[in-house]
Amino acid sequence: MGKELVIVDYQAGNLRSVVRALEAVGAHPSITSDPDEVRQARAVVLPGQGACDSAMVALEASQLTSAVKQVIQSGRPFLGVCLGLQLLLDFTEEGNVPCLGIFPGRVRRLPPGLKVPHMGWNQVHVVKDHPVLRDIPQDSYFYFVHSYYADPEDSSLVAGTTSYGVSFCAAVAHDRLVATQFHPEKSGPAGLQIYRNFVAYAKED
Amino acid sequence: MLTRRIIPCLDVDRGRVVKGVSFLNLRDAGDPAVLAAFYDREGADELVLLDITASAEARDIMVEVVRRVADQVFIPFTVGGGLRAPEDVRRMLEAGADKISLNTSAIEDPQLVERSARRFGNQCIVVAIDAKAVTSGVRPASAEGTVALDQASRWEVYSHGGRRPTGMDAVKWARRATELGAGEVLLTSMNADGHQEGYDLALTRAVAQAVSVPVIASGGAGTLEHLRQALVEGEADAALAASIFHYGTYSIAQAKTYLARHGVPVRPTAGVSV
Repeated sequence: MGKELVIVDYQAGNLRSVVRALEAVGAHPSITSDPDEVRQARAVVLPGQGACDSAMVALEASQLTSAVKQVIQSGRPFLGVCLGLQLLLDFTEEGNVPCLGIFPGRVRRLPPGLKVPHMGWNQVHVVKDHPVLRDIPQDSYFYFVHSYYADPEDSSLVAGTTSYGVSFCAAVAHDRLVATQFHPEKSGPAGLQIYRNFVAYAKED
Repeated sequence: MLTRRIIPCLDVDRGRVVKGVSFLNLRDAGDPAVLAAFYDREGADELVLLDITASAEARDIMVEVVRRVADQVFIPFTVGGGLRAPEDVRRMLEAGADKISLNTSAIEDPQLVERSARRFGNQCIVVAIDAKAVTSGVRPASAEGTVALDQASRWEVYSHGGRRPTGMDAVKWARRATELGAGEVLLTSMNADGHQEGYDLALTRAVAQAVSVPVIASGGAGTLEHLRQALVEGEADAALAASIFHYGTYSIAQAKTYLARHGVPVRPTAGVSV
């Protein structure tokens, strides 16, 4: 029998804060870099910090690429955070490499003339209802730190938008997948609500 | 809209917070984790923990402090002080720090900034700069050409906790550090620090305009108006302060209320009224 809730560890940044946030809302996540454990999990969290191209390399080196794709395609509850959103698209301009290709679209550099990284607390305007995004006041503040943003071709995937020079996709929601550009584990009570929602959602069936 | 950040700074010596926080009714206000959790609840946007422990052997204590802070705090925090090698950086990040700041070690070994940024991402590498106004003449250039003081220099970089002049121009060094991969600059005015008479706005603005990454202003906060000045006239992205919060002169909520009423975008948190 598979583990309930796993966090995918592919050596791309620190997972501790994601673990702590999930524990703070009563979950008992397991960290794994074993593709089989990812495949068998009931719900999966894909975090990620740093550069999207090296994250993609790390994901492939850990032989986790196909496991992550299978989990998403099987429609199990999935939460992507930061690079865990960007990696879902076809291609990233950061290093110009292909990504997982779950959704058509590119990861683009934030426009010039702004301080980059986009670092700090910014508002997310929720444009799509999803159980993982409930009980969060409209235009709440979340913590961002990124230099690139996901630009999915299918605008119906976009669940939340944020403005920083451009209005960009701060969250996608599709079926049982939600992914955010911001870091809910660093976004105080509003962020913890997202993890709380995800944990509750992952238990439903 | 991206808001400006208010960042309390905790100085930590051998695992304990220096400069008491006696006014707070906390279980143990000398415990960095207790104090960090307090500021998280109060609505601080981020925290900085500065390890001022002199001995390198005591570094392990700081790793444990970082781990305990990470267990209790759900806002970002930066750890600085005494980090000399990529391995030190890795340990702090694994312990749960979101960013690490390099000061003297970045000056002595600029490649440390580059290597750390490449390995861990620009977003978690902060270069901290202690800058002091140039007073009389220019000393012979002792620094690398691109960052050396020249006739037009107004601020010099000091290393080793502000004890050693480096011959480096603060604005040039800030620019160079970001070229090497620093994702943020933590800028302290040594002239203003500790006086509570306001930030060095000219220094802050000069650095903020010279780099394309966020700048945290530090040193000199005594009133809420000082915070506003650093963020508006100084063009800083964030304002760091210690005494005014630790001694209870102002709460985070009061600071944010003041800023919001004066048109500075801030993250509204509990107790902030606009």
